[in-house]
Amino acid sequence: MSASPVYTEFHPRWYRKRMRTLWWLHRRSYLVFALRELSCVFIAWFVIFLLLLVHAIGAGSRDYHRFLDWAANPVVIAVNIVAFLFVVLHAITWFSLAPKAIVVRARGRRVPSTYIAGANYLAWAVVSAVVAWLILRT
Amino acid sequence: MTDTITMQVSRYRPEQETAPTVQEYEVPLRGDWVVLDGLNYIKDHQDGTLSYRWSCRMGICGSCGMTVNGEPKLTCATFLTDYKLGPVRVEPLSNFPVIRDLVVEIGDFLRKLPRVMPWIVRDTDKPTTDGEYLQTPAEQDAYKQYSMCINCMLCYSACPVYGLDPHFIGPAAIALAQRYNLDSRDHGAADRLEVLTHPDGVWGCTFVGECTSACPKDVDPAGAIQRYKLSAAMQSIKAFVLPRSAR
Repeated sequence: MSASPVYTEFHPRWYRKRMRTLWWLHRRSYLVFALRELSCVFIAWFVIFLLLLVHAIGAGSRDYHRFLDWAANPVVIAVNIVAFLFVVLHAITWFSLAPKAIVVRARGRRVPSTYIAGANYLAWAVVSAVVAWLILRT
Repeated sequence: MTDTITMQVSRYRPEQETAPTVQEYEVPLRGDWVVLDGLNYIKDHQDGTLSYRWSCRMGICGSCGMTVNGEPKLTCATFLTDYKLGPVRVEPLSNFPVIRDLVVEIGDFLRKLPRVMPWIVRDTDKPTTDGEYLQTPAEQDAYKQYSMCINCMLCYSACPVYGLDPHFIGPAAIALAQRYNLDSRDHGAADRLEVLTHPDGVWGCTFVGECTSACPKDVDPAGAIQRYKLSAAMQSIKAFVLPRSAR
């Protein structure tokens, strides 16, 4: 063959598919992911709520009771219930992540993930019980 | 009469269309046929213009990853009979630009992979005359799972974080970094630290877990990433608390 090869000048246009706006509704894990991202707003809300509480306690009895009245408002209670549910979602994610992150070997074998997650839940229960005891003992 | 199944195949011919279209083909439904066999049947008997990647047909080369009925799959390991009510929808891998039909552009992944140095890094190499670097079975077990990665990119296709932020270094690259970090012969963990702890590194992952579900080799990239997050956090604490000599 004497003719040298001829290369075409064609350069393909890539097709880039953008993710749909509601992509996060298409799979349960994606929905949980989106909810977890959203949970940061409610966790920030809890932090602000706690700071307001500490400020009210520091400002004296009248401010503290005014804060309690405001916190008893049905809207604030509703927001706090939603925030609590998001914090629980966040905490459960952490506990299910823990066995992935913590790899413990004992007697040449990897400790089962249920043990690691169980230890985390146990620690959560113990800390919650101690906090409940501190608050409720009076 | 032979049973048949309808395959709905995504076509994209950039010289004649601006967006992918779907083309239907009827292929024989045989018990031992995988989706890739269906595509090869189309290519050989019905439409020679169909483009797709494949090579080994045995789940090793990682070339034939595609989206089958919405799920990222190796088409050589996905049986047509599992979809026998039909139709089977075959699309290119998500989160990658499409070059043609089922062929995606993988340059982004190939540029990211060497950034984590997926090879054994030694402080000093001993002469080859001294023999191999020996390893106990337990030392091999420490990284073996992560060494099963075949670079098929199904995890990138499943990862919404990568879909939303293409700068994210991604599940397979991190799992492969861990494969070498956990290797007793390797000294490169400190060299990989900067890439992995960069904002586009492990901290981009929010533990969706779909990479692990999609992985055809049970590598568990999500686990590798969470493990590295803990190592990186411990490293930061040590750097903050301990004197340089004790880290």
